[in-house]
Amino acid sequence: MDIDRDEARAMLRTMHTIRRFELKAQHLFEEGLARGEFLGALHSYEGQEAVAVGVCAHLRPEDAVLSSHRGHGHAIAKGADIRAMMAELLGKVTGISGGHGGSMHMFDPAVGLLGGNGIVGGGTPLALGPAFAAQYRGNDRVTACFFGEGAAAQGVFHESMNLASLWQLPVIYVCENNLWAATTPVNDAWPVEDLAPRAESFGMPGMTVDGNDVLAVYATAAEAVDRARSGGGPTLIEAKTYRHRPHCMVIPEHRDESELEEWQGRDPIPRFESYLVREGLMTDVEIADLLTEVEAELEEAAQFARQSELPAPDTFADHLWA
Amino acid sequence: MRNVTYVRALNEAIAEEMERDDDVFLIGEDIADCGGVFGVTAGMLRRFGRRRVWQTPISEAAFTGLAVGAAMAGLRPVCEIMYVDFATTCMDQILNQAAKLRYMSGGQLTVPLVIRTQQGGGTCEAAQHSQNFEAIFAHVPGLKVAMPATPHDAKGLLKAAIRDDNPVIFLEHKLLYETKGEIPREEYVIPLGEADIKREGDQLTLVATSRMVLHALEAADRVAGEVSVEVIDPRTIVPFDLDTVAASVEKTGRLLIVQEAWQSGGFGSEIIRRIVDRCFDSLKAPPRVHGSEDVPMPFSPSLEARVLPNPDSIASAIREIVA
Ligand SMILES: Cc1ncc(C[n+]2csc(CCOP(=O)(O)OP(=O)(O)O)c2C)c(N)n1
Repeated sequence: MDIDRDEARAMLRTMHTIRRFELKAQHLFEEGLARGEFLGALHSYEGQEAVAVGVCAHLRPEDAVLSSHRGHGHAIAKGADIRAMMAELLGKVTGISGGHGGSMHMFDPAVGLLGGNGIVGGGTPLALGPAFAAQYRGNDRVTACFFGEGAAAQGVFHESMNLASLWQLPVIYVCENNLWAATTPVNDAWPVEDLAPRAESFGMPGMTVDGNDVLAVYATAAEAVDRARSGGGPTLIEAKTYRHRPHCMVIPEHRDESELEEWQGRDPIPRFESYLVREGLMTDVEIADLLTEVEAELEEAAQFARQSELPAPDTFADHLWA
Repeated sequence: MRNVTYVRALNEAIAEEMERDDDVFLIGEDIADCGGVFGVTAGMLRRFGRRRVWQTPISEAAFTGLAVGAAMAGLRPVCEIMYVDFATTCMDQILNQAAKLRYMSGGQLTVPLVIRTQQGGGTCEAAQHSQNFEAIFAHVPGLKVAMPATPHDAKGLLKAAIRDDNPVIFLEHKLLYETKGEIPREEYVIPLGEADIKREGDQLTLVATSRMVLHALEAADRVAGEVSVEVIDPRTIVPFDLDTVAASVEKTGRLLIVQEAWQSGGFGSEIIRRIVDRCFDSLKAPPRVHGSEDVPMPFSPSLEARVLPNPDSIASAIREIVA
C-alpha cells in the first residue's frame, strides 16, 4: 500500500515518541525506586509500536480507542499529550487523569482515548459502546479496541465479537499477540496458531498481520477502518508482535534470551526506517534530526512531570460524582 | 519455632496439604513455572508435577467454574485468583454457584474448594488492583471467609481451609507477603472461626482484620500511656467469633473496628450490629468503624496515603472514643 511522505514521517515520529516515552518512563520509575517510592505496575509497549501507529494513523480525533494495561503506545498514537501522560505516571495533579489513574488508566476523551484498563479483556465489551453510539446517532465514527492475546482467552471477548457482528457495529478489535501473557506463553493459552478463524466463526472478517511491519498493519487497518466507517461492520485483526521488556517493571524476565534477540532483529523501527530511506522518503540525517527533536520533547515532558505537584491529600474525593 | 515470611507460611501449608491428600490440586494464572506473581506456589510444579499444578489461560470464569465443578466431583481444588479485583469476572461461579450448591441440592453436594486471592492497597496500583472485597463474600451465605494477618495464622488457616468441606474464600494481603513471624516447627491447623487476642487491654476493644492488625498493634503501642487497648483479630469473618469479641466489649465497654475496606457497608458495620444486639448495655461510648475513605483507590501516592487507615489515624480514632 502506498503511503505519502508526510504520513510516513508522522508515523515514524510517533513510533519514536512511544519508544522514547517508554525509556523515560522506565527511567522515572527507577528514579522513584531509588527514593524508595514504588509507582505501581508499569507495562512497557516497547517493541509493539507498529501496531498502535499503523492502526491509529487511520483514526480521527472523534474516533474512539479502548486500550489495555499496556496502553502508553495507544494513547500516544491517538494523540494524547505526552507531558500530561508523563505527569500521570508520577501521580501528579497535572497528569492526564489528574493523578487518579496512573500508568494503566490514562484517559483523554478529547482525542478519543477512552482509557486504559486494569482488567484484562475489560475493554472488549466497552468498545461496543462508542461503536453503538455512532450507529445510533448515524455518524461514521469508528472504535478501535486493543488487547493482548492473553485477553483473547476471556469469555467476554467472545460475547463481544458475537454482539459486534450480530449488530454490525463499527468496531475494530486489534489483538496484539506478543506471544506471552505475563509468564504464560501463547501455546499454553490457545490450542491453535491463529486468532482470525475465531472471528470468522462469528461471521466477521478476521485478518492476521505482521505486527512488526508498520506498513502491513497500516494496510490491514485501512481495510478494517473503511469497512467499519462505511457500515460494513466489525473486523478482528491479529497482529503478531513481541514486547521487548519483561511483563512489567516488577516481574523478572523469564523468556529465553534467544527468543528476545530474534525478535529484536525484527524491531519495527529500524525496519520502517530502512524502508523510508530505501524509498527516498527520508534521509538518514532527517531521521537523526527527528530523533533529536523527539528526545528533547520527552526530556521536557519528564521535567514537567518531575516539577509538577502531587495532588493535595484532601482532594481525594474530587471526581467521584458527576 | 521458626521465623518465616507470610508467603513462605502459605507455601508450606499448600505443600503439606498436597502431600497429605492427592485430591488437592492447584489451578490459576501464572502459578506453575513462575510460582505465582507473588510466589505463593513457588516450587509446587517441581515438587508435584503438571498433574497437580494447572496454569491457566486468562479465563477466570472458566477455571473458577472448573474448580467449583471439580469440587462437586470430589476433588479439593485450591484456586488462585491473582487479585481479588479480578474475582469480579467470575462472581457467578463464586456467588451463584459455589456458595449455593450444597444448599440447593438439599445437602447432597459438597464443594470443598479454596479460592485464594490477595487484596488491599498501599502499592500505587490504583482503583482496579487495590480493593478489599471481604464484605461482598461475607454477605453471601454459604462462603467461609478467612483473612489472616500473620504468617502463623496464614499457615494454620490455609491448612484448615483446604480440609474444610465448604467453599472458603482465602484473602491474603499483598503487603503482608514479605512480613515475618514465628511459626511452630511441628504441624498445626487453626480452626476456622476462632479469633485471636493479639494484645490484651481493658479500656477499648479494637477489632482489626488483615494488614490493619499490624497498624492496630502499632497504634495500641502509641497510645499505651493513655489507653489500654485490647486488639482482637477475628482471623475469619465467616464464621465470626462473636463470643470472643463480645466478652472483650463487656470488659472494656468500647469498640473500634479497623478495616482496610471502605468505611461504608463493610464488615465492620456488621460487627457493630452483632455487638449492639448482644451487649448494648455494656457500651460506654458509640462503637465506631475506621475504614478507607469511600472512593475508588486513587493512584497518586499522596492521595492513596490519605485514603487508607494508618497507625496515626487509628490512634486518633482511639483517643476520640475514650475522650
Ligand atoms: C481479569 C484479569 N486477570 C488477570 C490479570 C493480571 N494480568 C495483568 S496483565 C496480564 C497478562 C496479559 O496478557 P495479554 O492480554 O497478552 O497482554 P500483554 O501483557 O501481553 O500485553 C495478566 C494475567 C488482570 N489484570 N485482569
